[in-house]
Amino acid sequence: MIWQLELIILLLVIVCAVAAITVRDLLSSALLLGAYSFLLCLIWAVMGAVDVAFTEATVGAGVSTVFCVAAVFHTTRRSKD
Amino acid sequence: MESIFALVLAKANYVVYIILMMVGLYAMIVKNNLIKKIIGMSIFQTAIILFYVSIGYKRGATIPILEHHASPETAVHGAEKIVAHAMDTVNVANYINPLPHVLMLTAIVVGVATLGVALALAIKVYNTYGTVEEDEINQQLRSG
Amino acid sequence: MKILGKLTILLCGVLLMVFTMEFPDWGDPESPASTHLSPYFIQHTMDDTAVPNIVTSVLADYRGYDTMFETTVILTAGLACFLLLRIERKKVTHRYYRHEPTGVTLRMAGDKFPKNSEVFQRMDANWVPYDFIISRTCRLIIPFIQIFALYVVAHGHHSPGGGFQGGVLMGASVILFAISHNLRAAIKSFSEKTAALFSVTGVFIYAGTGALCLIFGEVFLNYSALAPLFGSDRIMARSHGILMVEIGVAVAVTAVMIWIYYNLSSAGKQDEGL
Repeated sequence: MIWQLELIILLLVIVCAVAAITVRDLLSSALLLGAYSFLLCLIWAVMGAVDVAFTEATVGAGVSTVFCVAAVFHTTRRSKD
Repeated sequence: MESIFALVLAKANYVVYIILMMVGLYAMIVKNNLIKKIIGMSIFQTAIILFYVSIGYKRGATIPILEHHASPETAVHGAEKIVAHAMDTVNVANYINPLPHVLMLTAIVVGVATLGVALALAIKVYNTYGTVEEDEINQQLRSG
Repeated sequence: MKILGKLTILLCGVLLMVFTMEFPDWGDPESPASTHLSPYFIQHTMDDTAVPNIVTSVLADYRGYDTMFETTVILTAGLACFLLLRIERKKVTHRYYRHEPTGVTLRMAGDKFPKNSEVFQRMDANWVPYDFIISRTCRLIIPFIQIFALYVVAHGHHSPGGGFQGGVLMGASVILFAISHNLRAAIKSFSEKTAALFSVTGVFIYAGTGALCLIFGEVFLNYSALAPLFGSDRIMARSHGILMVEIGVAVAVTAVMIWIYYNLSSAGKQDEGL
């Protein structure tokens, strides 16, 4: 792939990770984790790791996000920091 | 300055992996909220997976699935001779190193299993103490 | 505490970056990671196992022992979630029922059902009406997701996929059903007891294949011993053995994903989910 696009996606990954731990709303945090997972899956697919990308797409961006949202639903949604 | 920039660009994946690992570590150490700590753990795990997959990459190589052609013998049912499996000699430099992918497949699934157990523990803590902030839990433990 | 944490991380990051500059370049075919063991796998997997997908053959055949214990770890995680969260249902004092055509809410004491219970729907304090469009659309999509999951498991030899991915897809289809419809409807069709039994069955299939190889006279998990069972030569027997263990892994992963979701989404009570 074009190396400039790869660099931009890598930067977006860092932005998503920093945002996931900074926002105060825990539901947004869980969904940002899903977006981070999906962008990582894109990077791995470009690097040729198709099995790993497939697994991360189903597990990380699918099931893991649902588990996080379920846990946030049963605890509080606000966080102090 | 030019050489440092060129060096970083040649190893961009490794630099990003270190930054991500430090972000995950920061969330696990400093944040008070339990769910934020668990999210930091997940970021840490996926950063390690990025590192391993970057190790196995080869420039100009293709995905680690061998190209195989269907020969006329395989079209006959039941005639699975060994000659049907024969192919041209495999050039190793044409295929990406598959060993890190195998290890990381295990790592991803174990990561989601650990996430499930960690979130179950967080729900249990919330049911017992009424909060998921670490300093309030510590206060209740000291006074109660 | 925050200053100390930031300092630690800065120091750690800088040290790691200094040592990373010593790595071989990214994408170098002569790096030590790519010349030590993987050329053997790339060159010999077609002659040994007749499976073109190198990752599947290494995962399920050359390193099959590892994958068996990974499946056990997944089973342990499902069991841990169950033991942590599942509590006995308390004695219910009263329940709320909603009459569908008119929207009237009834409150009944104890376990009694209102008569003619097709038009009554049980609800609790944070009940939201289930959307018609979402439930009907998900009903259309779910069979296709399941067929695709079976395809991914069966084609793990020739295309990216295999046991894990197919298992998670299958589990995700049942989770989608539980989200779009009621959790109780999902539990009625795929109960928790079924999930527990399937997860153990998956690990049993994997270990059982290995034990079968022992019975036939070879080392544990050497699939070429199953050649008389399948009626083919030793190389194709390894390919079929890989398929058998992938099916075991898929069954275990499906059941554990559903089990963890049931326990997490209802915090153990399993009467009202997300």
